[in-house]
Amino acid sequence: MNGAQMLLAAPEFWVLAMACVIMLVDLFLSEERRGIIHMLAMLTLVFAGIITLRGDYLTAGVHSVTAFNGGFIRDSMGDVLKVFSFITLGLIYTYAKFYLRNFNMFRADFYTLSLFTLLGVMLLISANSLIMIYLGLELISLSVYALVAFNRESSRGPEAAMKYFVLGSMASGMLLYGMSMIYGATGSLGLVDIAAAIGVLGEHDILLIFGLVFVVVGIAFKFGVVPFHMWIPDVYEGAPVAVTLLISSLPKLAAFAMAFRFLQSGLGDLHMHWQGMLQVMALLSIIVGNLAAIMQTNIKRMLAYSTISHMGFVLLGLLPGTAFGFGASMYYVIVYALMSTAAFGMVIMLSARGIEAEQLEDFKGLNQRNPFYAAIMAIVMFSMAGVPPMVGFFAKWMVIKAAMDAGLLWLAITAVIFAVMGAFYYLRVIKYMYFDEPENEAAIVAPVDFGAALTLNGIMIIGLGIFSGSLIAICINSFATL
Amino acid sequence: MLTLAHFLTLGAILFSLSVAGIFINRKNVIILLMCIELMLLAVNMNFVAFSRFLGNLDGQLFVFFILTVAAAEAAIGLAILVVLFRNRQTINIAELDDLKG
Repeated sequence: MNGAQMLLAAPEFWVLAMACVIMLVDLFLSEERRGIIHMLAMLTLVFAGIITLRGDYLTAGVHSVTAFNGGFIRDSMGDVLKVFSFITLGLIYTYAKFYLRNFNMFRADFYTLSLFTLLGVMLLISANSLIMIYLGLELISLSVYALVAFNRESSRGPEAAMKYFVLGSMASGMLLYGMSMIYGATGSLGLVDIAAAIGVLGEHDILLIFGLVFVVVGIAFKFGVVPFHMWIPDVYEGAPVAVTLLISSLPKLAAFAMAFRFLQSGLGDLHMHWQGMLQVMALLSIIVGNLAAIMQTNIKRMLAYSTISHMGFVLLGLLPGTAFGFGASMYYVIVYALMSTAAFGMVIMLSARGIEAEQLEDFKGLNQRNPFYAAIMAIVMFSMAGVPPMVGFFAKWMVIKAAMDAGLLWLAITAVIFAVMGAFYYLRVIKYMYFDEPENEAAIVAPVDFGAALTLNGIMIIGLGIFSGSLIAICINSFATL
Repeated sequence: MLTLAHFLTLGAILFSLSVAGIFINRKNVIILLMCIELMLLAVNMNFVAFSRFLGNLDGQLFVFFILTVAAAEAAIGLAILVVLFRNRQTINIAELDDLKG
């Protein structure tokens, strides 16, 4: 192990160190000065971004570099996803600070645990062996279980945490069982060696396919696609909004990276087998997610079902197994993370007075209370529904094109039909905001940094839509070696 | 003579037991936690068996990681259980129905 290899993982080391530092610094801070923790966490993200972007490991013709005996990989896909995780987490912190202060939960635990979640996300994005995939995944899961139960006085939080814990551990168990079968068939744990061994074994090895089924179950659970979606609505509803914000964005970025590394880099030769499974799950998610969301009156549950349908769309892009398809999925998942932080940011803003604004009715007459924030919410909802020129439209268009490239015209048509049906519940929020009388006339007050972050988030959703070309190109180029 | 198939069958039986335990058990959350542990141990059995019969140490290495993570997982699970019990005064699964699930 030499220093150059350690440097490749410098962003991870930095986040790890800062998570520990924040935990310790908090011991010496009084209640009033806890804002320092927030500043430190933001600083961590900024420097992590700078360290990641100084990616001078890539020279001409080199697309990826591995370290730690091939267990860790740096490539441009990983770097892009990591930078977007930092941006998302920065937005989350800004929104969450306001929420945590209002609900008397402003403690350093939130920052430490979410930085460990980030570390897990980064490790999973860069994982190149089964051990790293498992460790990254568990680091995310364990931190998130604790975060869901973060509000100890609430009765719903711990219940949601318990349900999430049991189902999540079972999914990890399934994934591990699949990994053990794949290890048994190929005799190695590194994804590159596994791919090489599968080349020799052929794609019809029964042990491999048996393992693949379990692995796909584990991955599907982390995405939260039907039929492994039962935890999503409960966890989204039970967790404090600040935590829901985190769960709905960061782990999805990691889940995409895991799906790509595991299914394509490792089990790429089994493409015809996993394509069939993903196809069914994508179809079911898009149908169930959109239909169930229509029936919800609670905005957290509505957004939960909308997540399920969005993850179905992400799976569409994985189907063809081409650079364009993976690029489309990656673009979708990044865009989704930005949209969902903005949507939950709005929920946080409305719950200013210590009561969570969970019902859709809380959005009634928002335009009269504050036209600016109503406009941002409208942008987010249009984007999620897939109305051009918002970024959500381009994301949907790309994954649907990817599905057509895979020769799945029927699936693409179904996806479009259900996307249109899904527009109903997004537009209902807009109807509440613009055409209904407010039930609560109180003016909306939000701190300056909160407003600025929400505005920035809204601008990103429009801006990345109008100038969508460059991010799309970056995403597709990340898979140039395929 | 014990062959690889024997060990894999044992692993599969343990794994199925734990999955069945999670779904059938409607009484006690602690039994759920035990089932989750059993599931991870079933996987360990597979890894060690494969490792032994393939003559490759990687699998046994992975087992150490799984054991460590399982310990952390149990700690978090029990911590959540304690919080839950303090709120509800019960750990009966049937009574955990505030969320529609």
